[in-house]
Amino acid sequence: MALEVEGLTTEFPLGDRRVPIVDDVSFVLPEGRCLALVGESGSGKSMTALSLLRLVPRPGRVTRGSIRLGGRELRHLSVPEIRHVRGHKLAMIFQEPQTSLNPVVRVGEQVTEAILLHERIGRGEARKRALGLFERVGIPEPGARFDYYPHQLSGGLKQRVMISMALSMRPEVLIADEPTTALDVTIQAQILALLRDLQGEFGMSILLITHDLGVVNQLADEVLVLYAGRVVEKAATNQLLSQPLHPYTRGLLDSLPGRRRPGERLYEIQGVVPSPLDWPRGCRFCTRCPEVFEPCAEQTPPLEAFSSEQSAACHARHRERPGT
Amino acid sequence: MSALFSAGPVREALISDLIVVLVLALFLAAGWAARRNEIWREALVGVLRRRRYSVLVLSLYVFVALLDSVLWVGGAHSVTSTGADKVALQEARSPLDRAFADSSEKSYSAPLSRVEFYDVSALARPGSHVFGTNVLGQDVLYLTIKGARVALLIGGLTSLIAIPLALFFGILAGYFGGRIDDVVFFVMSTLVSMPGILLLIALIMALGQSTFSVCVALGVTSWVGFCRLARGETMKLRELDFVAAARSLGVKDRVILVRHILPNLMHLVVITFVLMFSGLVLSEATLAWLGIGVNGSWGQMIAQAKDELSRDPIVWWNVVAAGAALFVLLLAVNRVGDALRDVFDPRTRGEKL
Repeated sequence: MALEVEGLTTEFPLGDRRVPIVDDVSFVLPEGRCLALVGESGSGKSMTALSLLRLVPRPGRVTRGSIRLGGRELRHLSVPEIRHVRGHKLAMIFQEPQTSLNPVVRVGEQVTEAILLHERIGRGEARKRALGLFERVGIPEPGARFDYYPHQLSGGLKQRVMISMALSMRPEVLIADEPTTALDVTIQAQILALLRDLQGEFGMSILLITHDLGVVNQLADEVLVLYAGRVVEKAATNQLLSQPLHPYTRGLLDSLPGRRRPGERLYEIQGVVPSPLDWPRGCRFCTRCPEVFEPCAEQTPPLEAFSSEQSAACHARHRERPGT
Repeated sequence: MSALFSAGPVREALISDLIVVLVLALFLAAGWAARRNEIWREALVGVLRRRRYSVLVLSLYVFVALLDSVLWVGGAHSVTSTGADKVALQEARSPLDRAFADSSEKSYSAPLSRVEFYDVSALARPGSHVFGTNVLGQDVLYLTIKGARVALLIGGLTSLIAIPLALFFGILAGYFGGRIDDVVFFVMSTLVSMPGILLLIALIMALGQSTFSVCVALGVTSWVGFCRLARGETMKLRELDFVAAARSLGVKDRVILVRHILPNLMHLVVITFVLMFSGLVLSEATLAWLGIGVNGSWGQMIAQAKDELSRDPIVWWNVVAAGAALFVLLLAVNRVGDALRDVFDPRTRGEKL
């Protein structure tokens, strides 16, 4: 089932103003594919994910746009209906495995309860299925680990438990909010491999939220780059990594080690992300952009397709670039 | 002094105080939780190791209270010396009453004395009154031991009123916030802004003076502190990822509150219960001093003994016996409470105290 998001806007009241933390975000996540949302902290990635599940913390609110899953609009579902969608169709795993499990309940119990939440089966049956899931997500000695408390498991194992919980209802779309950020590098690779395997096996789509372009490269088919709540570039992964169009994307890629020769100073994007209160009127990146010129500060650049696989929101793409 | 919840003595029936049984059930529940769950086992073992004697003393109090809370009618009535009166035969009596039957003298006698305190006439049972006898000639040891049940009753029943109240409102306010939070906080601020003792007296006057009404009044005035704690803790828990994760899996708010928030507050409940308990027993003593306490409490014994302290020669054993019993109970409870707090506090866990 494809997930289609159009013009999604999530606003937070701030003083007497309403600040769009997620501003006019649109994307399509086809069945069985993986789309990555990339951006710095505060770019609105996680808020986009929470908006999809209608879990935006108060006083924030989704104010515009549509979210369709398999053609069904999620924005206007009743509370019991959206609750059924959560977990059943759209499941989410979180960044911190340390805090995403209830510390006083055994992990096996937590997964069993997740299964029982949406299915009318006996406890024994659910337990058996949870054990199967433990095995599937690669938890060694699932029988023994079943009765462990979260604090007795390592971060990687906790994340595996979280994944098994999210998978327990065979969701159509798995939202992975920085699934590997809190883990060390070897465990990261294992978890990414696991996600890729499971994606094939369960035929689910993955919405991957990350700031790690290495993770994007390994898992994503398509990438959405967010800056200050807006989509600045949308492209197939290979295209984006080899030929970024937006200066922000280019800056991100240039700041990766390995892009420069050894000994050379790494590139950095000047300045910091502006607070939502002083977002510029035009392009929100214009305060830090190396290619800024007249229209940037005044007019919001629309997201334009430059090829079938790539679009970007940048005025500079319409003028002769000096020096090229 | 019949049981609180009995509608009057029933012939040959076994009656007991629900509350003292509940306190015992609480002890058993702690043991059961510890058997099933490592976290509680660790806590219980930790407390037992650190506060062996306090736990022993507490158990003794509970045992004695239990001895006095199980009542039945009939059995050997040896009041024949005064002529068995028909009403006394219908009275339900506890094992404690039976053990101390016939221990009455005519008036004051000093501890272990063989003669009466003022007129130096011979006692009926010379040398048997470890704590002496009071103005009515009742054995003070007997009264003191009987006070244990009353103390547990006050502490237990009041906590059972105050803690669920505090938890309920605290969790609702903390989890949902907004309007509900405003209302709960308004009620709490209103209660706190009134002088506690005045409110207590007013409530007891309004409810009528009985054990139950004293407990209700104490409960109503003492839930605010824990409610605030529960509210704050819930607000903290609400923001944690496992609550978000539960929501993202489609778990209902009601289930989140019961399955995720409440179990994470249980350690606070245990600590608060124990620490609150001693405060409540002490509050009752204050009320008893003002003449609105519970019948048979240590507070009442102390209040009654205040005039005796100004006599010459001084009648000191009443106040000393009641005060000592109160002091030892509160010390034991507080020490256990401290140990519990340490055991549950991750920062001091593992330290030998």
